[in-house]
Amino acid sequence: MANMLAFAEARGGALRKVALETVSAARQAADATGGGEVHALLIGAPGIGAKADALGRAGADVVLVVEHADLGRYTPEVFAATAAAQVKSGGYRGVFFSASAEGRDLAPRVAASLGVSMASDLTGFAFEGDALIGQHPTHIGKIVTTVRLTGTPAVVTLRPGAILATDADRTARVQPVEPALDPGSARVVVTKLGGSGDAQLDLADAPVVVAGGRGLREAANFALMEELAAAFGNAAVGATRAVTDDGWRDPSTQIGQTGRIVSPDLYVAVGISGAIQHLAGMRTSKTIVAINKDKDAPIFKLADYGIVGDLFEVVPVLTEAVKKARAGS
Amino acid sequence: MKIAVCIKRVPDMDLRFAIGADGKALDPAGLKYDIADFDGYAVEAGLRLVESHGSGEVVVVSVGPTAVQETLRKALGMGAHRAIQLDAEVVPFDGMAIAAALAAELKEGGYDLVLFGRMATDSANQTVGPMTAQLMGVPCVTAISKLDIADGRGIAERQLEGAVETVEFPLPAVVTIDEGLGRPRLPSLKGIMAAKKKPLEVKPAQLGAANLTVDVIALPPDRPPGRIIGEGADAVPELIRLLQTEAKVL
Repeated sequence: MANMLAFAEARGGALRKVALETVSAARQAADATGGGEVHALLIGAPGIGAKADALGRAGADVVLVVEHADLGRYTPEVFAATAAAQVKSGGYRGVFFSASAEGRDLAPRVAASLGVSMASDLTGFAFEGDALIGQHPTHIGKIVTTVRLTGTPAVVTLRPGAILATDADRTARVQPVEPALDPGSARVVVTKLGGSGDAQLDLADAPVVVAGGRGLREAANFALMEELAAAFGNAAVGATRAVTDDGWRDPSTQIGQTGRIVSPDLYVAVGISGAIQHLAGMRTSKTIVAINKDKDAPIFKLADYGIVGDLFEVVPVLTEAVKKARAGS
Repeated sequence: MKIAVCIKRVPDMDLRFAIGADGKALDPAGLKYDIADFDGYAVEAGLRLVESHGSGEVVVVSVGPTAVQETLRKALGMGAHRAIQLDAEVVPFDGMAIAAALAAELKEGGYDLVLFGRMATDSANQTVGPMTAQLMGVPCVTAISKLDIADGRGIAERQLEGAVETVEFPLPAVVTIDEGLGRPRLPSLKGIMAAKKKPLEVKPAQLGAANLTVDVIALPPDRPPGRIIGEGADAVPELIRLLQTEAKVL
């Protein structure tokens, strides 16, 4: 029997979806290794502890709550020191983070300060004897590497969306914890959190991603993509590198080898030819739809459903049809 | 300003990959190698910082066998001043093992900044930079897309999912580079000639223990072959039907 620690990522006083995924993954790990406890570490401004219930439902037995007026924003050194101190005192077999922007920043700091190795961006894992065996997409998604991580604790990051949050129907005990480092002494300080805001569905969280390429011809035509996304209701808008390089869309929405990697239930590629660098960012999507006027475009080799045609004709019709389908369901 | 840039030699990702005989590495036949994508951006960032500060030195560092000298020479051709190869027959998969070697080399080097690409395109662990920082005991900011250095302090921007963080930190520091700071320059002919004469020092890599290893590698499962379901707007009703009844995503 082994206890597991999950880092519950929050932003702007709200839990991120990956927090629930991480806790649920830790729950699966605990259950598979004899039914130990799952402890979730939740750090934020005063009041963040109110989110403990949701972490209990995702599988946490204990929520370790660190509330501090100066920790409303991610503070890497304080978060890392606090997580490392908790791992040292808690005796965990596994320590789980999301492979989100924050988790990828935080987990290696924690592992290195504990003097242990870690595995990254796993899409699946299991404990086998003294090792953790995990699956890690490498080489821009063209290779699946099965990794073996030895040593205790096993520190890992989990690819967002790969291990889904489950409803464990537990009620977590809340345990207040002090930060292990005075936030006032942090050398690295986040002075501003800006950008597209929390209300908008992020590419990583959206069940549907609609992405546009050069075929849209100009920035203003992305209105078609916004309308299609709105019709789905649960969609985010992505873009190819050519488009973000030209400044038509924000660089943070670039999907591909050097941008975001997404794995939604449905990916709709519009006016995208399917360069290998783009495919690297979306090839693990569950269902892929492509709309392109060139029937020989590489995207059609990957698309479950391809429509050859003028996107300016097809997309508005699709938007109306999606609206109608959703209204009827 | 003294800047170290840690770079990795990786296979060209555009090529078709095959699995090697031992099942743990790519079949080397037909592979071509280059500096990892983000590491190229890191070299560019280092060069621009030294150029804008009017003085300083960019030292490129790579862990690996003799073959990494080719990658180091390319960075020298871009304009880096000297290179250090931390000689190791094989580059471990474990970021912690690599970080130990880099921290041992860089800790007493007097660097104002140590730059990394945010992630190597092959192993994709994204751990070596922050682990090296932790072992060196210096501040670290990862995956930045904007960087300003003035008066011994840095201000950087990091892209999060749907947001941007502004981060401030003192030097010396470790910074890992996303895109956004400027595309890597190509080595000029003059640069390539000059690179041949620039110092390239070879030292044994003091690697840490490798506790993260590769069991096996595989090509991802094939997707079913693509299917074109129709042409033009007339195909939309069929698409909706398939999304509802077959893919069950609508």
